Amino acid sequence: MAITTEPVTINLGPQHPSTHGVFRLRVTFDGEEVVDVEPVFGYLHRGTEKLAESRSYVQIVTLTDRLDYTASMSNNLAYVRAVEKLAGIEVPERAMYLRVITAELQRIASHLMATGFLLNDLGAFATPLMYCFRERERILDMFEMLCGARITLSYMRPGGVFQDAPAEFWPALDTFLVETPGYLDDLENLITGNEIVLARTRGVGILGDELAIATSVTGPMLRASGVQWDLRKADPYEVYDRLEFDIPIGVAGDTFDRYLVRILEMRESLKIIEQCVDQIPRGPIKPDLPFNLRPPEGDAYAAVEGPKGELGFYLVSDRGIAPYRCKIRAPSFINLTPLKEMVVGWKVGDLIVIFGSVDVVLGEVDR
Amino acid sequence: MDLPEWLAFGMAGFTLAFIVINAMIMSTALYTWFERRALGRFQVRLGPNRWGPFGLLQPLADIIKLITKEDTIPDEADRPAFTVAPVVLLLPMLLVVAVVPFGEDSFLGRLNVGILFIVGVTSISTIAIFVGGWASGNKYAMLGAMRGVAMLISYEVPMALAIAGVLLLVGPALPADAEGFAGISSLALSKIVESQVLPFLLVSPLAFLVFVAAASAEMSRTPFDQIEAESELGSGYHTEYSGIKFAVFQLAEFMAPIVTSIIIVTLFLGGTRGFSPVPEQIWFILKVFVVIFLLLWVRATWPRLRIDQIMAFAWKGLFGLAILNLFVVATEIEFLRTSDGTLSTGSLWLMAAINWPVTLVSVVVLARLLGHGRMDRPEPSPSPLANMYAEAE
Amino acid sequence: MTRALDAGEVARRINEVRAGAVVVSNDTDVWVKLDALVEVANFLKDTPDLDFAFLTAVTAVDYIEYFELVYQLLSMRRNHSIVVKMRVFGREAPVVPSLVDLWPGADLQEREIWDLMGIKFDKHPNLKRILLWEGFPGHPLRKDYLG
Repeated sequence: MAITTEPVTINLGPQHPSTHGVFRLRVTFDGEEVVDVEPVFGYLHRGTEKLAESRSYVQIVTLTDRLDYTASMSNNLAYVRAVEKLAGIEVPERAMYLRVITAELQRIASHLMATGFLLNDLGAFATPLMYCFRERERILDMFEMLCGARITLSYMRPGGVFQDAPAEFWPALDTFLVETPGYLDDLENLITGNEIVLARTRGVGILGDELAIATSVTGPMLRASGVQWDLRKADPYEVYDRLEFDIPIGVAGDTFDRYLVRILEMRESLKIIEQCVDQIPRGPIKPDLPFNLRPPEGDAYAAVEGPKGELGFYLVSDRGIAPYRCKIRAPSFINLTPLKEMVVGWKVGDLIVIFGSVDVVLGEVDR
Repeated sequence: MDLPEWLAFGMAGFTLAFIVINAMIMSTALYTWFERRALGRFQVRLGPNRWGPFGLLQPLADIIKLITKEDTIPDEADRPAFTVAPVVLLLPMLLVVAVVPFGEDSFLGRLNVGILFIVGVTSISTIAIFVGGWASGNKYAMLGAMRGVAMLISYEVPMALAIAGVLLLVGPALPADAEGFAGISSLALSKIVESQVLPFLLVSPLAFLVFVAAASAEMSRTPFDQIEAESELGSGYHTEYSGIKFAVFQLAEFMAPIVTSIIIVTLFLGGTRGFSPVPEQIWFILKVFVVIFLLLWVRATWPRLRIDQIMAFAWKGLFGLAILNLFVVATEIEFLRTSDGTLSTGSLWLMAAINWPVTLVSVVVLARLLGHGRMDRPEPSPSPLANMYAEAE
Repeated sequence: MTRALDAGEVARRINEVRAGAVVVSNDTDVWVKLDALVEVANFLKDTPDLDFAFLTAVTAVDYIEYFELVYQLLSMRRNHSIVVKMRVFGREAPVVPSLVDLWPGADLQEREIWDLMGIKFDKHPNLKRILLWEGFPGHPLRKDYLG
């Protein structure tokens, strides 16, 4: 006799340890297996795009900090680049190098957090997470030297950066560059070859390259699917065309590849920073600009390769001191499009891990 | 003063129960402190360090906090079952300790079927977990409870088989005689300890490995913590519990590693055996401590397996290993035992010499069969769907 | 370097396929007609030397007299991009065709536009409010929305 069972619908979230914030997944399970999943957004919606319409161009920098609050530098960079494109502002060279250094530091910090929380989702009792946080702490300390803040940085300004790096920043950066590869090796020794990690992540939650492109996925997730696409190479901004680095890609597009691509990217970021430290010229860090910018009428879209993917700002100006429209292309948000295709058919535990490997930050998803 | 027999028995029983319960609760409280400090060290942080020297009074603060919190019972809950579940979970932990010998003559109940008692009594925790999860009327709790039942029942099989392998090594039972000596069966824990001239860890490492793996599943800790699975199910079967009931669940959960270590030490590490002048009790505590630390180490390092992988590991992996162990040990004993059925120390060493290679080979073969192999990752080739160096015509 | 395609050239080719589909074009952007959007999108996606398989972003801007939808398209194989824009007149119940069939990546973004800007997408499989709750009064990104 066959036992008839009914699917069960469970709300994962908005308060749940593994939703990385306030996010809700309405999941239908057949026993342990996921039959259907529907993401429910909006618990952290603060109306950033609307708020931006009543802030001056410089003030909006502080709003961008609060989008992906694990990667404020990248948000700043994407926004100020959009403003510069809109207003046609030239950026001094030293400022561009400082921006690249800080953006890459931020990428390392963000990837460390992603890796740590992925392992937490896998059930490792916080140990890898704390290792990652220890390294992230050093980056935050350096950010504190640069601008006094650790999370909500607002370091960049349209046209340049807020201030030049203080003297103590450079030795700290040097030690960081020397020591971090060793720490990454430690982390990989703990995670990469671990039988349980392999059993839980390899072949799980596969996202094929065609589906990834069709669903507008970007960032490490896209590259894990084998698509070698990185805006730093494809459409170099700032000084990336003067730097040498590789774009690591994955083999199968599974959870393990998404993890490994992030680890490899951190190593590439270290290379980038090293070259920047060698190349950075002396000079001004900010041009003289009026306090309230009034860019000419028109629109501009500028994007950077953020830690989560292509982070773009689409600004429309009507010659006012505030943008007429400020649209944020949020990678975390758009990367959730293929979530259903990735998780259906997998088990409860896999659902959590696959979601963790997408690496979303709810501040950016809901904006 | 003459007490009626029932009263004397009652008082003695009460006193002993009082001692066991308090000793276990106090050591569990201390253990929570130790576990949190040790985890802190593993995780490059400090752990509780504020109240009392080295934060030693932290458990007390935790207890006060948990007891004074509001004790909520959900409307959907089945109240009697909801209330009784934590107590049922705590019960087997305390009962197990009662029969474990802490020294040659120091034990609370000398049970002739000690190990059978332990195997039987620890199964109660399965019921407690299911009752707790089901009575909560919560889907997370239900999922955790269902996983718990499936997993705990599965892992009892290899565990019992591993214990059977140990029992083969224990000498024959001492028969009862006419002078009122009840005899000692080879199931008695004191008898098991006595037979470990050579610790059974050395003689039968395969049984040890199977038992440790199965026991860590039984107490539901990483890599087998499916019942709670914090990142998946919130808190598993005790999601809805708060206040004192939650405290009792936590107490039982933290007592589990202590009890498991006690059983492991008794079965495999020679229990109270050691050498003078250090007293037996100290040896026992030291060994328990070492085992606890190893279990903690595993917990701090590994991620969690998925539920189907855990079940596969029990039935495809541990079950086979336990059967193999039983078979090998039984064959060896058949050839090596003396005429009165005992094994000499020399034969034990010989068995160790055979069993270690058997263990290593079987574990490696099993890992090849079930495992993923390290990082046989092919060189990635870029998808043809993107070319970021394309120079547009 | 991602090359922004010459929009005038692209507009000419679109007009060859469907005469009168393009309203106007400048260096980088092509404005298309509302009723020709699906056809133009199909053409842009399926023509081998255009190959716009990747929809970077969709957004809408409220210019009060009309809404403007902005489609940022990218070809990863050829590394070039184009911006397609479309004007929708009428504030009461603007409806535009959904492009989810062509680019599934538009799914969440079109829901967001419906939620915040109040533009309906015809044939969208799951057009519900996304960031705000069902029953929220108004669409906050419109210029006439008074919170």
